[in-house]
Amino acid sequence: MKALVSLIAVLLLALIAYAGASVPGMRFMFGVVIPYAAFLFFVIGMVVRVLIWASSPVPFRIPTTTGQQRSLPWIKHSTIESPSTGLGVIGRMALEVLFFRSLFRNLKTQVGDGKQVTYGEAKWLWAAGLAFHWSFLIILVRHMRFFIEQVPAAIQLIEGLDSFLQVGAPLFYMTDAVILASVTYLFIRRIGIPQVKYISLVADYFPLFLILGIAFTGVLLRYFTKTDIVSVKTLAMGLISFSPDPKMLGNIGVMFFVHLFLLSVLFVYFPLSKLVHMAGVFMSPTRNLANNSRMKRHVNPWNYPVHVHTYEEYENDFREKMKGAGLPVEKE
Amino acid sequence: MAKLPKPEELSKIDVTPPKTDWMDTPTVFKDGMYCHGSKTKSLEIVGFPNPREWRPADADWKLPENWKQIILEGIADRLKKYRSFRLFMDICVRCGACADKCHFFIGTGDPKNMPVLRAELIRSVYRKEFTMAGKIFGRMAGARELTVDVLKEWWYYFYQCTECRRCSVFCPYGIDQAEITMIGRELLNLLGLNIEWIAGPVSNCYMKGNHLGLEPHTIVGNLEYMLDDIETVTGKRIKPTFNRKGAEILFVTPSGDLFADPGTYTAMGYLMLFEELGLDYTWSTYASEGGNFGFFTSNEMAKRLNSKIYAEAKRLGVKWILGGECGHMWRVLTQYMDTWNGPADFLEVPKSPITGTVFENAKSMKMVHVAEFTADLIKNNKLKLDPKRNDHLKVTWHDSCNVARGMGMLEEPRYVLKSVVNNFYEMPEDTIREKTFCCGSGTGLNASEDMDLRMKGGFPRANAVKFVAEHHGVNMLANVCAIDRATLKALMEYWVPSVGVCGLHELVANAMIMKGEKERTTDLRGEPLPSAQAKEEKA
Repeated sequence: MKALVSLIAVLLLALIAYAGASVPGMRFMFGVVIPYAAFLFFVIGMVVRVLIWASSPVPFRIPTTTGQQRSLPWIKHSTIESPSTGLGVIGRMALEVLFFRSLFRNLKTQVGDGKQVTYGEAKWLWAAGLAFHWSFLIILVRHMRFFIEQVPAAIQLIEGLDSFLQVGAPLFYMTDAVILASVTYLFIRRIGIPQVKYISLVADYFPLFLILGIAFTGVLLRYFTKTDIVSVKTLAMGLISFSPDPKMLGNIGVMFFVHLFLLSVLFVYFPLSKLVHMAGVFMSPTRNLANNSRMKRHVNPWNYPVHVHTYEEYENDFREKMKGAGLPVEKE
Repeated sequence: MAKLPKPEELSKIDVTPPKTDWMDTPTVFKDGMYCHGSKTKSLEIVGFPNPREWRPADADWKLPENWKQIILEGIADRLKKYRSFRLFMDICVRCGACADKCHFFIGTGDPKNMPVLRAELIRSVYRKEFTMAGKIFGRMAGARELTVDVLKEWWYYFYQCTECRRCSVFCPYGIDQAEITMIGRELLNLLGLNIEWIAGPVSNCYMKGNHLGLEPHTIVGNLEYMLDDIETVTGKRIKPTFNRKGAEILFVTPSGDLFADPGTYTAMGYLMLFEELGLDYTWSTYASEGGNFGFFTSNEMAKRLNSKIYAEAKRLGVKWILGGECGHMWRVLTQYMDTWNGPADFLEVPKSPITGTVFENAKSMKMVHVAEFTADLIKNNKLKLDPKRNDHLKVTWHDSCNVARGMGMLEEPRYVLKSVVNNFYEMPEDTIREKTFCCGSGTGLNASEDMDLRMKGGFPRANAVKFVAEHHGVNMLANVCAIDRATLKALMEYWVPSVGVCGLHELVANAMIMKGEKERTTDLRGEPLPSAQAKEEKA
């Protein structure tokens, strides 16, 4: 039900774009105004989110240690899993952000009849998550060719690698297939595993369908309902130089505007939703702090004095009993 | 209290989620799954809000008129104070990787025990009150209204979490349910919604220096009994000192070790080790608690209780502090003490007077774990050990949650253990070290009225012990945690009755040959040593 609501929402959005862009007078809206507004919302929204997080201090040093602490010199210290230096933290964060280290640990716990609990390999979530995020990134980088007159060698190299299978014309990009497959897996998993289904919200299905929609319309544009690429590039170049050429809008197919509109929706949805994990992961105090609080004092900016029960009060309560037990006292 | 079902029944776990959405599934308080409510006196002693007599099973929790305002202001305040809280409210994607990592979920199958859903209990209210998406899209964005039923649900499930951090090991963003539970409990404490098993020890510790409420003369008396037993076993009379000014080292350990076995055997181990070394150290009756049940209540309460350790070290003029075997105690000491009550600039960087080793890793907070201390002694050949004395034991090692995931002390106790026993077997790798399972009774849930919860929560741990008991004949579960020593005993009796529980330094003391000791015929528990038994059989 929640999945269906999300699917319908995305289809409706696509329909709005399709119908809107079919009206010649609305193209400026869908091709220029909305993308600008969405991008602006995305940038400001994410900056605000990060600033809000950053405005709350990290009062305590609370890394989750997943390896041996640094202690005696002859005990092998796990410099990445329980880092004691900034360099170690960078290593830990790099593994986390680039390779999803923690998700790689995933296990499937099986209780069975209760006699023997087993912990099986469960790498599919990790594999699909990694495949999805990396293909998304590569596709994003590939799109830079639309915004730069002379396509840099680095982007050409990525395109070359991505299409090295040399299938079809235009050349088939592997990441197009990977992103569709991995997002589909993430969706199937969400409805297929009873516990995951139980915790899923409309807000979880919606971005999956939205991204599927963007990828799907992208694939259509490249391989099937081809559009005038030169006009698209001219429009894109105009957009980033704040001088979009409205003449181009008429040369471009409707499907392009659906693609662009869904992307704009994603931009707006980003800072309002769980997708902020993109920035948040860098700020997670259980991962980005060194395990060195015994070596180096961590300061809490809001540390305040508290009521304590002093030794003097304690001795006043128990002086006679202490003397009786032969314990030294401060006051006779 | 409901009678505890048999293990065969308890291990039949149904993981099918209810038909209704979790927001529409009411929370039913089941007997044996929760603890008694806090008593008036326990809250009054420490000045906590809303002290009154109440029972969790009652419909009326006697909340203050403006309870909702108190909670919402409490959330707002903590969002400003803790980046962890704010971030963990926002970035969860509900991938579910944490779900089957929680011992309470594995043992109960209750979906609200999945860390992700436990967090959603509070996130849903956060979204409704503090986010634009929640205000606009309401339930579609996972937002819901804060009601008395929601509050009760919080209470039920935040006292079904032991803050063990296992979920945070697997979370791709490091979201730590322990952090969320801690804040959830803080919020509940603003309304006087604690459990007595925590509130009682907290007030004891505040007034008397330790959770058990042992008064100074009782501490001395309890230790006397141990000294008698040590004399019986070794022929040596030890004379420890208390509250002694000018000692080099202050020793602080959880009070549980002074009270009941098998913790007392661990305390005897400390006494014997320090005697053998001729250590210039003192016990304190004022700072007579290493653990910190305040930590299961609020940050402020934890700081108030913790303050005694540095204050006493300063008063006595010691050089540094040695800490006993405990789990949560060491997360608090490692990640909080210096920040709360430091800087301890009146102390010196800890240096072992026996080996000369300087503990650089503790150079700011100035406190050393006794397992680090003993590992260093053994590495430097300062102890005469006869591990054969422990040959009647086949030992496995339980990594305590907080020591493993809030400190990273994994190898030191293993090194000590392997030096003092000949038969050591690890449990399956996904149940030890950073992936270790909780005893099921941490964070003050080790009461007697919630035995169902404890046995269910401890099920994954017990099951791993059962594995090594069946495959290697393991009969002893060793650990460095006072709560473990108290709770694993009950857990083993229920799930794996052939396995006993002990602390690390009990095994050290058994193996340690002391200067001038008589020939030992029994271990610290008074059970015949294998060598003595063999001799007897020959004769």
